[in-house]
Amino acid sequence: MNAPLIIFFVLAAMCVTGAISLILQRHPIHSALSLIVVMVALAGLYLLMGAEFVAAVQIIVYGGAIMVLFIFVIMLLNAGVEERTNLSKLAGFAGIPLGVALMGFLAAAVARSQDVVQAATQTGATAPTKALAHLLFQDFVYPFELTSFLILIAILGAIVLAQRENA
Amino acid sequence: MVPTHYYLILSAILFGLGVVAFIFRRNIITIFMSIELMLNAVNLAFVAFSQALNKLDGQVFVLFVIVVAAAEAAVGLGIIIVIARNRQSLNVERVDLLKL
Repeated sequence: MNAPLIIFFVLAAMCVTGAISLILQRHPIHSALSLIVVMVALAGLYLLMGAEFVAAVQIIVYGGAIMVLFIFVIMLLNAGVEERTNLSKLAGFAGIPLGVALMGFLAAAVARSQDVVQAATQTGATAPTKALAHLLFQDFVYPFELTSFLILIAILGAIVLAQRENA
Repeated sequence: MVPTHYYLILSAILFGLGVVAFIFRRNIITIFMSIELMLNAVNLAFVAFSQALNKLDGQVFVLFVIVVAAAEAAVGLGIIIVIARNRQSLNVERVDLLKL
């Protein structure tokens, strides 16, 4: 067993543990911290695949900005432990088998397509950030500019939604 | 070198766990976090294919997905604040009326 494979399994175990913890924790702040573990482990996996810029963005934007926003809202609303009701028991009985079935279906589809993926696999793939920048600012420059409009509209929407009506 | 289908299977598992969390949890903030988990699972598949095909387009898509997720989080959390202010509850079962 070589070193990248060991690193992969350690990070994958961190991801899956964090995701299961996200489901099982009763308090939203514990779920948010579990999700941060998943995101940091995913950033490690991106580094393992040689996508260092995506890994940095994952930590800065996902682990930093988005999760801070989540924790900020949880603390602002003073969210407590979620209550259990009859409907939530029903969701447990019906939802978990359905979710596991979906997971199995996806994994089976991946396993079936294994030959195709392996045929396309080339070793020594490197992803220099410079090449990524050329692609982003030349071939994908119009979508990139459009995302700035998207962010502007999202900022406006968040301000309009969160302001008090009689202020 | 880790085989590509290992990453894809991990991506499928994470996506499935996100779906389970989405169905199982009752707190609207946790449901929103499970959507983020599913987006992350898809990002992992994008980067894995990008590495397997030795093309960088997948990583550009990941950057766009992260931007859209950030915008979605900002607007979605605004909606959650409004819901919590109007209903005094974060339980999705109490959000069952269009008009109070």
